[in-house]
Amino acid sequence: MNESQTLVQVKALKKYFPITEGIIFQRETGSIKAVDDVSFEIKKGETLGLVGESGCGKTTTGRTLIQLYRPTAGDVFFEGINLAETKGKELRALRKHMQMIFQDPYASLNPRWTISRIITEPLRVHNIAKGKASMDKVAELLELVQLNANYMNRYPHEFSGGQRQRVGIARALATMPKFIICDEPISALDVSIQAQIVNLLEDLQEQLGLTYLFIAHDLSMVRHICDRVAVMYLGVIVELADRDELYSNPLHPYTQALLSAVPIPDPRITRARKRIILEGSPPSPENPPTGCRFHPRCPNAKEGCKTETPQWREIKPNHWVCCLDC
Amino acid sequence: MTTAEITLDITDRPPLTPGQIAIRRFRRHKMAIAGVILLLGVVLFVIVGSIIISEADSNFIDLEARLSPPSLEHPFGTDNVGRDILARTIYGGQISIIIGLLAVVISIVLGVLVGAISGYYGGFIDSILMRFTEAMFNIPSLFLLIILAKMLAGKIPTFTFWGRSFSGSVIVIICVIGLTSWMYLARIVRANVLSLKEQEFVTAARCIGASNLSIIFAHILPNTLAPIIVSATLQVAGSIISEAYVSFLGVGVQPPTATWGNLLDQAYHHLESEPWMWFFPGMFILFTVLSINFIGDGLRDAMDPRALVDVN
Amino acid sequence: MEPLLELQNLVVKFHTLNGVVNAVNGVSYSVETGKTLGIVGESGCGKSVSVLSIMGLIPDPPGKIAGGKILFNGEDLLTYENRQMESIRGARISMIFQDPMTSLNPVLTIGKQISESMELHLALSQKEAQGRSLELLSLLGIPNPKERFNDYPHQFSGGMRQRVMIAMALSCNPDILIADEPTTALDVTIQAQILELTKRLQGEMGMAIIWITHDLAVIAELADRVSVMYAGYIVEEADVFDLYDSPRHPYTLALLKSLPSVDRRRAHERLATIPGSPPDGIAVFPGCPLAPRCHFMVERCLHENPKLKTIGLNHKIACWVNVNTGKEI
Repeated sequence: MNESQTLVQVKALKKYFPITEGIIFQRETGSIKAVDDVSFEIKKGETLGLVGESGCGKTTTGRTLIQLYRPTAGDVFFEGINLAETKGKELRALRKHMQMIFQDPYASLNPRWTISRIITEPLRVHNIAKGKASMDKVAELLELVQLNANYMNRYPHEFSGGQRQRVGIARALATMPKFIICDEPISALDVSIQAQIVNLLEDLQEQLGLTYLFIAHDLSMVRHICDRVAVMYLGVIVELADRDELYSNPLHPYTQALLSAVPIPDPRITRARKRIILEGSPPSPENPPTGCRFHPRCPNAKEGCKTETPQWREIKPNHWVCCLDC
Repeated sequence: MTTAEITLDITDRPPLTPGQIAIRRFRRHKMAIAGVILLLGVVLFVIVGSIIISEADSNFIDLEARLSPPSLEHPFGTDNVGRDILARTIYGGQISIIIGLLAVVISIVLGVLVGAISGYYGGFIDSILMRFTEAMFNIPSLFLLIILAKMLAGKIPTFTFWGRSFSGSVIVIICVIGLTSWMYLARIVRANVLSLKEQEFVTAARCIGASNLSIIFAHILPNTLAPIIVSATLQVAGSIISEAYVSFLGVGVQPPTATWGNLLDQAYHHLESEPWMWFFPGMFILFTVLSINFIGDGLRDAMDPRALVDVN
Repeated sequence: MEPLLELQNLVVKFHTLNGVVNAVNGVSYSVETGKTLGIVGESGCGKSVSVLSIMGLIPDPPGKIAGGKILFNGEDLLTYENRQMESIRGARISMIFQDPMTSLNPVLTIGKQISESMELHLALSQKEAQGRSLELLSLLGIPNPKERFNDYPHQFSGGMRQRVMIAMALSCNPDILIADEPTTALDVTIQAQILELTKRLQGEMGMAIIWITHDLAVIAELADRVSVMYAGYIVEEADVFDLYDSPRHPYTLALLKSLPSVDRRRAHERLATIPGSPPDGIAVFPGCPLAPRCHFMVERCLHENPKLKTIGLNHKIACWVNVNTGKEI
């Protein structure tokens, strides 16, 4: 791969949510370690996939990266500027360059606003355009996401899920951002619509030179759209590799189990496969297991896994794993 | 994408704002429509009546005609100093309704502010505001009303507005009712704000960089309009009744300014002997409050958030 | 083999504020003992409504069963009164739903909820029902069943709750288990556990399963026979290997093509899409409901709605066009 610049760099990111008790004065009795020391880079123009199951912290990572939650510790560099240390007006100005697309097309649009008001909000907040100029921009954006510009004055409830998601994408593009976090953008859509939206996202990336962080749990779709993939488990990244490499040679036992659990739409292949079935369910992020977080469920777990914390190592070129065994 | 245009496009249907959907649903609620008609009747009576009969007439003392039962000359009879009750019911109605409306304005502003700030910012501010709200709740409201009304009585002088003079106690009563009825709405608004602020469209607004003020007033509050409107409507009725209580106990609006409440107060010593003195004002209070309650019920059903039916 | 359950031309409509929704338009399918029927389709295609009709759970109003028969062991369930249906539900035909949290009563222990069904239908004493419940809990892989018997639903994870639901559904040894998207809301590793478990239980208990999902991959795992639904109609029906080897209906074909390829070399080829969105059920088309979105559409499709016809060994489609040649049949 040719040398491309790094757009986003996340270093030792942590996000803990305190658990509090108290009637007037709240005191902290524990914390949920949703993101617990996560580091990765996203290069300009690439799509980095972040996968994992519910509770692994992938959505929290995305939101902490973009400073919707302020990090408990760690740094987030966007084009060299440390977002974790930026606040107020400066941070607001930077928001022009990074946007987010959300999972639920029914909840991510204000039901009382017209489509044009929804899409022009970023233009108003950042003083980019007003009046007629902003209406022109709305028409332009609607066309970009393949929606009829006459829909401008309609309300979200008049549209289908796929159409609403397109509106959400148009809104994210309004400020011409460089970086977009796609937080499970297709999970809530029908199968036939998912392909439409994925194609749209790919087209837009090519047209506008966008960089994506694609958060999802649908591993087959992630394989389709992403260049590199990171696998998260209980607040840490356990494996990170180029897409083809990860899917053909998964090294971490969790990744292996995850990939083997994905059903394949072909009865001959899927029924012949040997499954790695994991026991139990992921523990609570309030009290992660000691040592390697995965050891209680790991089919390869050894004595040392309970006490030693595995290091993040580059086992093969561009293939990083966090495991004591590999 | 061209084959998709063959299907019904939404531009084939007229646009449907959330407001229009609510109105549509409201119209199907028979009791609510009956309430609207009844309320319109009362309001028309009060407005048209004041054009036909002058205020001077309502205050005209005619000792010879005192305590006379309903007749052609005095359709609602006269009171203990010979004033025409029909005229006083008309002018009294104006004051009672205005008190009801303005008191509600105060209580909405307070309730929404407290609820929104409490719900959105949470933490320490929320704790303090909510403890204060609960404290206010726990004081019996009638008691509070009476004490405040007595404390502030006579502090505000008679004033003129639009060529008519009003007793200063009208302002006092409006403030007192407003300041003692905001708590219920504050709780409801807070609950709604708490759940709305977790909605993805609010997260999206924060992601865009919208300010907290803009989020509260442009995003969150418009989505809690339903309980605010319903609560406001029902509170108008409540305020009219509170005014009636307070005036009936003699600490409300002072004569000669008439209100339905103080008309009842004047009927106190004539309950059995001259029933027309309390019957007419009482009936009007009943009609008004009943019709407002029906309207409130209809609004509550019409604005149920589940009413926002989506296409699929 | 005689089918255990057979739907014949079921028609279900819903009368809503926006018009009449034609949820199910003359649907027929059947399932045999010990076999799994997979019903696959997107939201609004009528798959859930058809199985809710089997269970007699369509709210009336606004729903109305406007035609057809549901034959269970020769008797038409649509003629049954509520009391008769109560003896079927839970005992002969059971159902599990997508969201176990809302399907379980949050204020009763799970032990009580499992035993309840048995005490009612099998007339077991409390002690007997409890014993059987514990057996079921361990059969379903719930660790420490004795202690967990007295736990409440909120104390279980999503996957565990789904197992509890399955335990409840299987407690009276039903002839048929209906599963309406039971793994859609679960993580993929938990889904794998549930699918594995279901296959094992079917092997041991021998019940028929009707499995509803929008996920073509899950169907490939479980089903023996598959019905594909669109806009309230069945558009294709075949044995599972047959369906995936040679899908014959444009909709099935398009659905399969819109999934990312498993083949590593083709994994990042552009996805084939179906333009537009599924219909809302209120608008009535004179012809085939897929016509506006179909790549294979011909003139006839716009005027006549094709009926389901057998075209191969146990393979039925409702279409005017042969997708292999592109010509009209």
